[in-house]
Amino acid sequence: MSGNEKLKAYDKVLAARNTARHMGGYYIERLIDDFIELHGDRRFGDDAAIISGIGYLNGVPVTVIAMERGTTVEERIKRNFGCPSPEGYRKALRLMKEAEKFSRPIICFIGSSGAYCGIDAEERGQGEAIAENLFEMMGIKVPIISVVVGEGGSGGALALGVCDTAVMLENSVYSVISPEGCASILWKDSSKADEAAEVLKLTSEDLYKFEVVEKIIDETDRTQDEICSDLKNFILSEIEAKKAMSVEDLLAARYEKFRKIGA
Amino acid sequence: MKGILNFMKFSKPQTAVECKKCGAEISASDLSDNLMICPECGAYMRMGAWERLKMIVDEGSFCELDEDLKSSNIIDFPGYDEKLSSAKKASGLSEAVICGTAEVGGNKCAIFVMDSAFMMGSMGTVVGEKITRLFETATTKKLPVVGFITSGGARMQEGILSLMQMAKVSGAVKRHSDGKNLYVAVLTDPTTGGITASFAMLGDIIIAEPKALIGFAGARVIEQTTGEKLPEGFQRAEFLLEHGFIDMIEDRKRLKYTISKVLGMHRK
Ligand SMILES: [Zn+2]
Repeated sequence: MSGNEKLKAYDKVLAARNTARHMGGYYIERLIDDFIELHGDRRFGDDAAIISGIGYLNGVPVTVIAMERGTTVEERIKRNFGCPSPEGYRKALRLMKEAEKFSRPIICFIGSSGAYCGIDAEERGQGEAIAENLFEMMGIKVPIISVVVGEGGSGGALALGVCDTAVMLENSVYSVISPEGCASILWKDSSKADEAAEVLKLTSEDLYKFEVVEKIIDETDRTQDEICSDLKNFILSEIEAKKAMSVEDLLAARYEKFRKIGA
Repeated sequence: MKGILNFMKFSKPQTAVECKKCGAEISASDLSDNLMICPECGAYMRMGAWERLKMIVDEGSFCELDEDLKSSNIIDFPGYDEKLSSAKKASGLSEAVICGTAEVGGNKCAIFVMDSAFMMGSMGTVVGEKITRLFETATTKKLPVVGFITSGGARMQEGILSLMQMAKVSGAVKRHSDGKNLYVAVLTDPTTGGITASFAMLGDIIIAEPKALIGFAGARVIEQTTGEKLPEGFQRAEFLLEHGFIDMIEDRKRLKYTISKVLGMHRK
């Protein structure tokens, strides 16, 4: 392994975390027309770490659920730095059920260091909220396309990641544990995060190779316009393809997509 | 029967064990006979998967499934091969879960039992596959599933493939549930991370052992993230009961009785 390759995975982690990198809110703005944000989980509150609502993707009505950490300091605090709380996952599920009712495809944008780790989040069942999404999303009778745009942080990311088609932007990452967390367990030294990033195999290329994601959207030497246009076209074509399937076939294929991993 | 032979694999070590809570020295066989509950102070110690099966299933009824599935170092993770072989040695198990069919109080069921002595009961692809297969078998045979859960979460050494097992198992639980089959989840100390965020919280009926640690995020991580001091009893079974996330807390000595009763009420 050469020195250059060794740094590569962690460079991507840093790129995915870069505060200038666009998160879910940006892609809603760029891809979705007439977006209407819908708030609240109807249980406890509204989690600003997840923006959700309805709009058009090239004329097709869709439900969009997007993790967003915010761009200014005030917004970041309001959005809890993009770490969703249980009510965020429950809001997401509420809107997915609504999408199912109105036969709207669902698009999820994933980019978060992980589900919020707080006393209140535990009190309100962070684990239960994520589990419920994994369980229910497996049976939602409309197409679900999930796009990792930033850091896909463990279970908190997967809670929007049970889908028919998984997409990663080239420089996004998706991992079972943060490289820092991994390094501190493995070598009792979180500063070895760059090595940990390498061994965790968390880049878009790794995940494509593992058949965990079906598509990588190239970012290198491309403008934001080109990236957005590629992403939009790909999502549209996937929605068309999935819509052409019977509900039974769609759900069987979704089950199989995960069933084959590690089988 | 294979089941009986497997029980014999578990031999009680003839050493004394110190209770971490009261400091009493208890002979390992006395402790085992008392279901790993300290006879002096009543503290619960962790149970091995075979001990757990012996305590729960009707004698001679257990039939193991997929015992030949073994983990390998699928993402070339440093030190994982060594970790696997030392886990096998330490636990006497081939993986962190044992799956099979059995009868509990005369009720036929599918059962899985996790063991924290094997890499903290973490879930890699083999644990995920074994539990998924068990739910699929139970769905086909219309059997209830009883799951004894203990786990530190998804297994880091298998990277993203471990994380995806959370979705895979949850999907199998969903199909089992859609078939109107019962799933009883028994949460034991400790149940954390990606396991809490998947099949541990998906039981139709969720039972926990007293004082078992059950949570999503680790206590240390929460303290570091929030700078807050954790309240007394945080993430213990009693805390989850109070917040509405489990159905009941049951004493270890009454678990078989309670599970049998629940299974009996769901007989088809
Ligand atoms: Zn004691």
